[in-house]
Amino acid sequence: MVYPLVIRTSLARHILIYVLLYGGLGLSWNLLGGYVGRVSFGHAAFFGIGAYTTMGLLVKFGLSPWIGLPLGGIVSGLLALAIGHPTLRLKGHYFAMATIALAELLRILFNNWSWVGGATGLEGPIHISWLTLTFRSQLPYYYLALALALITAGVDYFYVRGKAGYYWRAIQGDEDAARSLGVPVERYKLTALLLSAVLTGFWGGFFALLVGFINPNSVFDILISIQIVLVAVLGGVGRSAGPWIGALVLIPLSELTRVALGGRGRGIDLIIYSLVILVISVFQPGGILSIWRRRDVTRGA
Amino acid sequence: MVEVVVSGVLNGLVYALISMGLALIWGITDVINFAHGDFLMLGMYTAFWLYTLFDLDPLFASPLAAIILGFVGYATYNLVIRRILKGPPIAQVLATFGLSILIRYLAFFFFSPNYRSIQHSLVSGSVKFAGFQFGLPQIVTAVASLLVAAALIYAIHRSRWGLGLLAVAEDRQAASLVGVNPDRVNTQVWIVGSAAVGLAGALMTTFFYVFPGVGLIFVLLAFVAVSLGGFGSVLGAFIAGILIGVVQSLAGFYLDASLQNAVVYGLFLLLLWVRPQGLFGRW
Repeated sequence: MVYPLVIRTSLARHILIYVLLYGGLGLSWNLLGGYVGRVSFGHAAFFGIGAYTTMGLLVKFGLSPWIGLPLGGIVSGLLALAIGHPTLRLKGHYFAMATIALAELLRILFNNWSWVGGATGLEGPIHISWLTLTFRSQLPYYYLALALALITAGVDYFYVRGKAGYYWRAIQGDEDAARSLGVPVERYKLTALLLSAVLTGFWGGFFALLVGFINPNSVFDILISIQIVLVAVLGGVGRSAGPWIGALVLIPLSELTRVALGGRGRGIDLIIYSLVILVISVFQPGGILSIWRRRDVTRGA
Repeated sequence: MVEVVVSGVLNGLVYALISMGLALIWGITDVINFAHGDFLMLGMYTAFWLYTLFDLDPLFASPLAAIILGFVGYATYNLVIRRILKGPPIAQVLATFGLSILIRYLAFFFFSPNYRSIQHSLVSGSVKFAGFQFGLPQIVTAVASLLVAAALIYAIHRSRWGLGLLAVAEDRQAASLVGVNPDRVNTQVWIVGSAAVGLAGALMTTFFYVFPGVGLIFVLLAFVAVSLGGFGSVLGAFIAGILIGVVQSLAGFYLDASLQNAVVYGLFLLLLWVRPQGLFGRW
């Protein structure tokens, strides 16, 4: 890929990797939140499980993340399966609250689970190799993120343009009507949740490898969940390009303001960040992509 | 054990006071106000500065804090909320989330992150009752919570104004057809809801420390209380708040203090699974 040759500064590469990370997370979230319409504010739960599975297997059993990372996704998927049926019965605000409670519950439990390090967390072994996917430079992480992003985009493309996409949108439109028309509502809701959870788990595992150190307060944090929602909504909910655009705007904004202004410790960077969020959500609630949509509509008329 | 439960009830009444305002806003205007915890923080700072600068006791500062937060709620509604009501619900949530961060970091910037506290107030001290000792500030706050709950619930279910609120919550268009102005109701609800949490914050300075991030400690529990009680039910939020306080207290006593919120969240999830509309939910 051209980018790593063009973007040479460490900060730019860091931002690029995080754009891929949050774009991928947003896209995964979008499957459940944008298409089916079940807005989750607890995706950090799946993210954290993925992170802990990958890092835990590496640190405790020496299992290579080549296996650990996919397993992270699978364990997240298992969690989704376990809680999916009763949780998906909930609607709207109740569903959102349940997801928040789930993520917080996991955060507190992991904080008290000494085997995985409790509040101190887990630190990856400093064994630089392709086997442990630990590197000193950012470049391999960029390629890993790119690969994961392609997988995420591929899943999104394959499912959304297929039967699932139609069913999901039908469920969001009117769940009861869809059910009465013969749409297998329960199965497809669960599918969306599963896919979303598994992909998010993959990214969680990636994050653990990228940062090399995880703890419950960093990976199960509600702020991660909210940032994921932000990225998807700012870009445009329910549109495949949305989360990438949202990440492209939000991540450089938060990182650059933090680097430029955050050092003085007065939180000015966050004041700016929050103002941007406010302005966009108040004046363009459809997200950035809706600016183009509107233009198309007027042109058509 | 009795002491644990009573202490839990007292804490719960504080949660209830914080949550009732949120229940009102959430139930009637259908907006998740992520900034609610930060409104609480503003109420606390109001009382703190009135005490530090003018020697005004928090007990008397609390009505002032309620009024000030009422203005904050009014401003929030008119500047932000009204514009986002037409948009998708997720955008609404993000707007209040952005507002929350904005308020918090403005406070961080202007008030500094230092922890503040009020040393002596009229209600400092403790009370002995039936062999147990309880903090007087907590009792005063609990009493205030009961009074506010009674006032709100009475107003909502018995007064003409209250019926208007319920009408708008149920069906905006139908309500406007019978002469209730939904926009005016929304404004009023935001004023009252914010005033309630401002009052809570002011009273809480008598026994809790003040710092810009204090809202975060309570806002999630308030959300749980509102959804546990069933969205749209002030009584539900009140009872749920007390329940959360008791569960938290018992869990902290029998299990471990660091696990107490985990138990709250866990039981909350279980209850939602069994009863998807919360305790008193309308749907």
